[in-house]
Amino acid sequence: MKDFVLPGRDMGTPARQGAPVSLTIDGFAVTVPAGTSVMRAAAEAGIRIPKLCATDSLEPIGACRLCAVEIEGQRGTPTSCTMLVAPGMVVRTQTETLARHRRGVMELTISDHPLDCLTCAANGDCELQDMAGAVGLRDVRYTPGANHFAQRTAEAPNPEWRPKDTSNPYFTYDPAKCIVCMRCVRACEEVQGTFALTIDGSGFASRVVAGQDVSFMESDCVSCGACVQSCPTATLQENSVIEIGTPERSIITTCAYCGVGCSFEAQMRGDTLVRMVPWKEGKANRGHSCVKGRFAWGYAQHQDRILKPMIREAITDPWREVSWDEALAFAAARLTAIRTASGPDALGVITSSRCTNEETYLVQKLARAVFGTNNTDTCARVCHSPTGYGLKQTFGTSAGTQDFDSVEHLDCALVIGANPTDGHPVFASRLRKRLRAGASLIVIDPRRIDLLDTPHMGEGLHLPLRPGTNVAVLTALAHVIVTEGLYDEAFIRARCDWDEFADYMDFAARPENGPEAVAALSGVPAESIRQAARSYAGVPNGAIYYGLGVTEHSQGSTTVMAIANLAMMTGNIGRPGVGVNPLRGQNNVQGSCDMGSFPHELPGYRHVSDPAVRGIFEAAWGVRLSPEPGLRIPNMLDAAVAGQFRAIYIQGEDILQSDPDTRHVAAGLAAMDCVIVHDLFLNETAAYAHVFLPGSTFLEKDGTFTNAERRINRVRRVMAPKNGFADWEVTQLLANAMGGGWAYTHPSEVMDEIAATTPGFAGVNYAMLDARGSVQWPCNDAAPDGSPVMHVDGFVRGKGRFIRTEYIATDERSGPRFPLLLTTGRVLSQYNVGAQTRRTENVAWHAEDVLEIHPHDAEVRGVKQGDFVRLASRVGEISLRADVTEKVAPGVVYTTFHHPGTQANVVTTENSDWATNCPEYKVTAVQVSASNGPSDWQTDYAARISAARRIAPAAE
Amino acid sequence: MSDDKLARMANQIAAFFATQPGTASEGIATHINDNWPGAMRAALLAEIAAGGAGLAPAVIAAAPRLRPPAKAAVRD
Repeated sequence: MKDFVLPGRDMGTPARQGAPVSLTIDGFAVTVPAGTSVMRAAAEAGIRIPKLCATDSLEPIGACRLCAVEIEGQRGTPTSCTMLVAPGMVVRTQTETLARHRRGVMELTISDHPLDCLTCAANGDCELQDMAGAVGLRDVRYTPGANHFAQRTAEAPNPEWRPKDTSNPYFTYDPAKCIVCMRCVRACEEVQGTFALTIDGSGFASRVVAGQDVSFMESDCVSCGACVQSCPTATLQENSVIEIGTPERSIITTCAYCGVGCSFEAQMRGDTLVRMVPWKEGKANRGHSCVKGRFAWGYAQHQDRILKPMIREAITDPWREVSWDEALAFAAARLTAIRTASGPDALGVITSSRCTNEETYLVQKLARAVFGTNNTDTCARVCHSPTGYGLKQTFGTSAGTQDFDSVEHLDCALVIGANPTDGHPVFASRLRKRLRAGASLIVIDPRRIDLLDTPHMGEGLHLPLRPGTNVAVLTALAHVIVTEGLYDEAFIRARCDWDEFADYMDFAARPENGPEAVAALSGVPAESIRQAARSYAGVPNGAIYYGLGVTEHSQGSTTVMAIANLAMMTGNIGRPGVGVNPLRGQNNVQGSCDMGSFPHELPGYRHVSDPAVRGIFEAAWGVRLSPEPGLRIPNMLDAAVAGQFRAIYIQGEDILQSDPDTRHVAAGLAAMDCVIVHDLFLNETAAYAHVFLPGSTFLEKDGTFTNAERRINRVRRVMAPKNGFADWEVTQLLANAMGGGWAYTHPSEVMDEIAATTPGFAGVNYAMLDARGSVQWPCNDAAPDGSPVMHVDGFVRGKGRFIRTEYIATDERSGPRFPLLLTTGRVLSQYNVGAQTRRTENVAWHAEDVLEIHPHDAEVRGVKQGDFVRLASRVGEISLRADVTEKVAPGVVYTTFHHPGTQANVVTTENSDWATNCPEYKVTAVQVSASNGPSDWQTDYAARISAARRIAPAAE
Repeated sequence: MSDDKLARMANQIAAFFATQPGTASEGIATHINDNWPGAMRAALLAEIAAGGAGLAPAVIAAAPRLRPPAKAAVRD
């Protein structure tokens, strides 16, 4: 019977692990792990026991009573969702008694449910409907009486009836259709961990409410969609389904937002996307989602999308729509002329972490093989380049060490400079689940992040450090570990160089690295530092998760090394539940780094100066390659201002808004003679472009994304590109317009070339990804199934390397003129520069960037909640509204950079990480004062950008 | 690129390697050779040749180890 069980089917209750238990169900022998429910055991055998309140993403509660079974030797009819299997158990799922019982249950349930099935949004996709059919319900004998679904009776309005809650832009709550199965409440608790929903009242009066019986938008709801997904009826329904109808097919693909890389079913009707539903088999998200991936895909159809190529002689001219041929010929001619006049190093590219591996690979190949330069960089420059450098130096691999499943085994989570509930929400939900189960939490962050307020977890330890003092605090943790003898000597002796550790031990033990000394400069009490060190070093499994609060500093790379040191000295490497886990910002930032986007590394992180590596690509590409490292993004801009760098092809990146010191970026772009922007929208950078090539969305192309756990996930085309070409095709057209002679007919051929040239990808191909769903690199002969956990038997570089991490204060310091420190980040509902999310209903949650300021700092400046304030640094000033909150410490202010009208990066400076030039976004000395409105820069910019976006009317 | 920025980048690199065991200039030179394009190395070498004002002594000491820029790759 097992042959008929399809993957993805609802098994009723969650899977368990345990010793095998054999039983008999309806005469079929079944063997399942101990702890499995009878319902799931039956499902394993292909027998579907009727159910309403049970679903395999949630713990069973046995509420609906529909799944009753008979068990030999037991009295009554226990619910199979809560009844666990036992050896030799004999179960019957269908008897005359059970059939009668189930019809009775359904009859009661249906007696308080409207019978408007034909016009219901869930018609054809309703479990209540299915179960009514399954149990053979033929009539409802109860006479009409008190109910929740009729708006009024003949006499009067029905006090139990409530109107639909349409406050959420993406889904509707219709209380009239609720059967109070509690799936939504449990999904909000168990899967998402927000606890926004509850059951109000009891018995007949019980109903699902958000918060303290408020609308969904007024409640704590974060619109993750878990409740909607779990609802068996139309009570919680996607608005897109209400508008369009039920989908008729689905295609598995990968979300194009953050680095968690959730797998989704794109559910389609024709070529119309009806809804995105998180895929249960997805190994990064295990069936969960956030508001962005689940709902915020409307930008793909937004009217702002540019679908025709455009060119202009000068950036002061209006755009002119032209054919693809004309645009490509124009671009190729300019690029070729510049290369002839100024040499190949006057040209460069920026690859996109929002595009696929295959596309990124082709863009860097365009630079290296066609332009003839290593001037290629990517947005990882401004986010995780220190991760690449720091982990390569210490461990030997530029990537995180674990898979996301690892979180289920940790005992202590040390979260540094990351805000997972906003930046990586699906990971945050998985972490919160573990915290509720008893794992401890330490947060090192200037802000009191929401993770610290996780409901039903133990006490979290918060180390609210002054921005810029990461290295000091982490070295102080090491100080406590070495001076108190909390290190794992056996691990260090076996896996690392003991002499290097001894040197690090001497260094860390110095009094200036002690908690008391560091307390003075970081503002973190010494006792908190000691407690954090003991907690992390004292548990069986300590895992570090970190984000851009670690990397975006002048000592970003040193901080990554300090993190690696902590993990090595405590033996927290090489098994599930531990490790060093960088939370990657963008969907394919790991992949874009893997694919050779950096100016000094060919694909697979191999240095351009290595003749053997160049030889591999020279043979594959048929060209000679430059052995010289190319320019990084900030260096490109510097060189442009100096007249040495003249042309750039930017795929899917908006450097004018995302990169620091906007004026400098603008000056660099303005100095170039050929700026080619390849994007969905006329983004901010496009104001300085001469050529605009329309891009395609992730829904419109095939490819792969690599997420933060090194997992290579397939991206699948669900509709034709609205602009005519997938992005990889556009890059190929440009390469061929310059004589590249490329002839790829499908992205799978690009992946085959990657596998043939890059050892960590040797075993990867589309057939394998289609068969297995995904794989984590390295995937080759040594690891044919991929590598969920790295450095298991030894470090990739051989011995793990301890590197001294001395604190060096940043040049950016607060002083009399700029007494506050600004740090920047993102919110849940918006993504990066907001180009996508601002063009969705997500603006309902975050319509503008605001400045978080502590009540004390606000009061001395006369600033009240919602006031317009002026935020000034030594490089620029902007105005935005104030949010007075104790989330930030006194002396620290915080904002986001999602809106071009705000332009937070006008204020950030050119300071950067010593090793990688990753900008120091997280520390800018600023002053805040009262303001009447937008700054001069903001006003001028608004005028300039609208002039730069003019499109000349097409000639008749 | 302005000399100021180059000097600042070099000095930041020097500040890190000054804290490490062994000779700082070796680490500095390796890091710059691995990460800086030829044009930037040439500019730094020129600054050092001109006296190296504003440069950390360890950067100046690294000069002999800095790889002069390779000739531009010849395209086939």
